[in-house]
Amino acid sequence: METIKLDLKHYKELLKSYIETQDEKSLYGAEQISKSFIKNNILPEEIVNLHIQSIIELYPDLNKEIRHAMNFLLETMISYGLAHQEYQTLREKQLELKSEISIAANMQETLLATTIPNVEDLDIGVISVPAHQMNGDYHHLVKSNDGLIGIAVADVIGKGIPAALCMSMIKYSMESFPDQSMKPKAILESLNRVVERNVEAGMFITMFYALYNPTDSKLQYASAGHEPGFYYYAEQDTYNEIDAKGLVLGVSPDTNYNQYELQLHQGDMVILLTDGVTECRNNGKFIEREEVIEVIKKYAHLPAQETVNQVYKHFERLQNFQLKDDFTLIILRKNV
Amino acid sequence: MNLDINVTENSEKYLVHLSGEIDAYTSQKLKDTLLPLTKKKGYTLVVDLEQVNYMDSTGLGVFISVLKATKEAESSMTLINLKERVRKLFKITGLDQIININLDERGVND
Repeated sequence: METIKLDLKHYKELLKSYIETQDEKSLYGAEQISKSFIKNNILPEEIVNLHIQSIIELYPDLNKEIRHAMNFLLETMISYGLAHQEYQTLREKQLELKSEISIAANMQETLLATTIPNVEDLDIGVISVPAHQMNGDYHHLVKSNDGLIGIAVADVIGKGIPAALCMSMIKYSMESFPDQSMKPKAILESLNRVVERNVEAGMFITMFYALYNPTDSKLQYASAGHEPGFYYYAEQDTYNEIDAKGLVLGVSPDTNYNQYELQLHQGDMVILLTDGVTECRNNGKFIEREEVIEVIKKYAHLPAQETVNQVYKHFERLQNFQLKDDFTLIILRKNV
Repeated sequence: MNLDINVTENSEKYLVHLSGEIDAYTSQKLKDTLLPLTKKKGYTLVVDLEQVNYMDSTGLGVFISVLKATKEAESSMTLINLKERVRKLFKITGLDQIININLDERGVND
């Protein structure tokens, strides 16, 4: 209350000085005082009231028409006051929501967390960054009891919270499979049935699933409409698209998936990604898949984790540090 | 970027011309326009995508919903004049296997 009283005195002085001189200094003072009003939640009608009192004290002989007019103004300000209070409440609610979403995002991070398995002959690098708070991309690496490595990359249509909820479903379904060394084809076929039953029409998920066997260095894989990855063939020093066809998950309940196989040799790389990588736009123009390969080439001499980090940084810079879509990139390199 | 939708009806056929971008912002409008056009049994819904330069996965979602609706109502849907970039999306996702895509048809003069 004390500060507001002070302001009343101050306001009156400023007003007087302005009426007498019309100088810039008192206008600047008015600007400062209005900032302090906002900070202290003073409503518009209170300011008008302050104005009336000041002016009456300054000019006790003020004619009664002006007095009535000022009271009229006071009345018209009341709705603005209510709107302002509403705005304050909304702001508080928004902060509340924001913190709830960030809690959900943290939960999702814990829920969907995957640890990179230790495989003697494979150098594995993984990066997955959401465009907004919650990630609609999903990746999962798992080592089965018999030493096989399962690698999943998935992307759900859309972004944000609905996408993230959908991904949790995928994670639980995958964990409920009794056998972690299930064939990629079988995994996609089971997941497809789960997704088809549980999502609304028009929602779908793309997924690439691979199973690596360290004993014979063979990679079996299948794709459910997922953005094709790349295969680096070290001996020839060539990058090729990983060819795999298959319908996205969630559209048709009895879809069959083809399974393919790759023989990995020393120095070969398997590059898996989501369309957040290839859908990057540079000044409105889309980058081509060849450009993605160029960037990977540039950093391919680094350890796999360092490579994916640098590639991400490159595209983040390209888009002025504002991702348009969730970004996931996985590199597997055969060491031995 | 906006999406303009123009619908004409001609002997058991709806011809829908799209012009613009199909993304998270425009796809709801597209869905709301296309779904009611699937309800008449025996009708064909022809969607001309010649003026669509960009489409993202939410656009694919719309066409999946519409496809499912045509199956229920015993109508059908054909997409024509797809730009390379858009056609590639249908190919990667395998949706070209279940959605009628006619690359040669010039919708207007048919």
